[in-house]
Amino acid sequence: MNNVNPMKPSERMKLTRQASIEQTPEDRNKNFLEVSSGLDEERALIEAKRCLECKNPVCIEGCPVTIDIRTFIQLILQKDYIGAVNKIREANYLPAICGRVCPQESQCEIVCTLGKKHDPVAIGKLERFVADYELAHNLFVAPVITEHRDQKVAIVGSGPAGLTCAAELAKLGYKVTIFEALHAVGGVLRYGIPEFRLPRTILDLETDRIKSLGVEIYPNFVIGRTATVDELFNEWGFGAIFLGTGAGTPTFMGIPGESLSGVYSANEYLTRINLMKAYQFPDSDTPIKVGKEIAVIGGGNTAMDAVRTSLRLGAKKAYLIYRRSRKEMPAREEEVHHAEEEGVEFVMLTNPIRIIGDANGWVTGIECQKMELGEPDESGRRKPIPVKGSEYVIPVQTVIEAVGQKPNPIIQSTTSGLEVSKRSTVVVNDIQLTSREGIFAGGDLTRGGATVILAMRDGKIAAENIHKYLLSKLDGKGNIDHIESTVQEQKLQ
Amino acid sequence: MFSIIEKEILSSTITKYVIKAPFIARKRKAGNFIMLRVVENGERIPITIVDSDVSAGTITIIVQAIGKTTKLLATKQVGDAILDVVGPLGMPTPIENHGAVVCIGGGVGTAEVFPIARALKDAGNTIYSIVGARSKDLIILEKEMAALSKESFVTTDDGSYGRKGIVTDPLKDLLDTNKDIHAVYAIGPLPMMKAVSNLTKKYGTKTLVSLNAIMVDGTGMCGGCRVSIGGQMKFACVDGPEFDAHLVDFDELIMRNRTYVDLEKISEERCKLLELADVAGVGR
Repeated sequence: MNNVNPMKPSERMKLTRQASIEQTPEDRNKNFLEVSSGLDEERALIEAKRCLECKNPVCIEGCPVTIDIRTFIQLILQKDYIGAVNKIREANYLPAICGRVCPQESQCEIVCTLGKKHDPVAIGKLERFVADYELAHNLFVAPVITEHRDQKVAIVGSGPAGLTCAAELAKLGYKVTIFEALHAVGGVLRYGIPEFRLPRTILDLETDRIKSLGVEIYPNFVIGRTATVDELFNEWGFGAIFLGTGAGTPTFMGIPGESLSGVYSANEYLTRINLMKAYQFPDSDTPIKVGKEIAVIGGGNTAMDAVRTSLRLGAKKAYLIYRRSRKEMPAREEEVHHAEEEGVEFVMLTNPIRIIGDANGWVTGIECQKMELGEPDESGRRKPIPVKGSEYVIPVQTVIEAVGQKPNPIIQSTTSGLEVSKRSTVVVNDIQLTSREGIFAGGDLTRGGATVILAMRDGKIAAENIHKYLLSKLDGKGNIDHIESTVQEQKLQ
Repeated sequence: MFSIIEKEILSSTITKYVIKAPFIARKRKAGNFIMLRVVENGERIPITIVDSDVSAGTITIIVQAIGKTTKLLATKQVGDAILDVVGPLGMPTPIENHGAVVCIGGGVGTAEVFPIARALKDAGNTIYSIVGARSKDLIILEKEMAALSKESFVTTDDGSYGRKGIVTDPLKDLLDTNKDIHAVYAIGPLPMMKAVSNLTKKYGTKTLVSLNAIMVDGTGMCGGCRVSIGGQMKFACVDGPEFDAHLVDFDELIMRNRTYVDLEKISEERCKLLELADVAGVGR
């Protein structure tokens, strides 16, 4: 497509980056409604005009799933919003989700040419706009699958990696089955990311669209327990398997007092709230205890989600304790900014050393130690060093540890020949293939804790290579070495 | 959906359910559990699998109606379905031939120790069994336990049936008189398992207990079920639920299990109100 915007580059540069419409911090820190409602049509059209339509669109290289950003923005300029969302969907089957949770500021937007002298084009907000437009006007049409293939692929885990891999393979005509351990689909999108960042209606809709590609989903099915990986090959007749089970096992700091009532892993805390809807207790049955004063330990996005959730559940004081300085925090700047606006108190350069409890085993405070920054460590960040004699106690009734997760070991321990790293991640090569033939993997299971979009990237690359692998398994006449499924008659229905 | 195929009332509050769950039935071993959720917005709770029938594709659970979810379950009839059932979870019970073993069940815990006793018997052990409860009404599987035991005992706290007292009374007698007892398997309320553990520690008799910690997912994801075993943090759902009793910090777990007591009461009250509304024919 040639340039479609008649404005001169200098005129485009004069336009200011459009801001999302947001709830005020005072309102939103009391509800679970979405913080931002994105751009309206008027703002989206102004924002789209800012795009310089570069001959060499570097933004596309910045995108882990290489969305044709230039073209989708040009389609917005022509008010072909459905064309735009479908253009995105060619590369990314979860646009409404990615438009919300992707760290665009460190991917497509950081390389935006306009961004060299001005604010970059708000690519993420435009992505969300077209996805929401399609949704609001109910204009989604499932792509027609032209070729149907007999080979079957099993996807383990229904998070962003698994959903993407499933969508790509279903579009190629494969019979795809997703196995999910929990009762609901979405993985970390469901149990980890709060409603106020990703409404469940959006998640349900995007996952329904993947189902509409003919993907079959078995919830309540733990691979490694309910059936093993080897059984998926030998009894179910799957030709290839994609493992996308994430990094769901919480780690604890290992400080005294972690067994007290009122101490949660961020995983438990967020799962109770997001998956089990504890914030609606007693209308939902799963309880949660949130003190008037709470502390979250950690500096990542999970920590931000936990601390912002706490305010919404009535905490009067919400501390975010992090042992380095704000600059080193791995969380997205937008999340840090939102947390600050909502009234989170940042306690930086501080390391918890003990959780204190009362005689009944309830948390009453957290003892911390001040830190100072020393020389850079192996991660390139300056290493925090304790300041002697700086110990003090912050009174809190709830402590939430968001200090990292690692992969759940169930599959690795029940699957022979699967190479696992020292960090408990499954080892893959550049085509997402594991050490075992026919088994591919991606997302946090192989990365140990990254982003939704990188998981999707892995799922997409795995799908391309599963396709190649399954093609190589066909003989000259296009027949597969067929394994009759012996367990179909046992289906749950 | 997981249909209820059979339902049998074992006592005023304890019910046996046979549930269609073919995949779980195929894989289940003694000591495994399931997580179940009865309704949308319901809680996920862990329940030990008592038995399974691979050809019928069913699993059996025995549940005491003590909280909202278990009371809600009790309102379900044959032909009704349970919304979510997932499993088999947890490590299976290590079954070996110890010579002679004592299997102790307290209250509904008897339902959990029964399949273990049977597996131990099949592995060649001589079984001594002790079934205890607060009162006669809560004694279950007495005959079944007796049938596979060389000697069996029943105790009730109030003396309404069997020997008055707690399970450690006959256990002490057994340990004093039978030198060939090399292991004890005890499943019941935490104070009971703690008492058994304290006693067997003195005799140096290997003891296994099953810890009913608070769980959300049951697959190692939440860490809510963390327990201290010999000073190490373990997750009851994936590292257990059975552990060497002599290494368990029972007091810590007893305290942790009280975390939601007040909220559970609110939940239960609600359940009662809903039941009343049901009786009165008021729609939910």
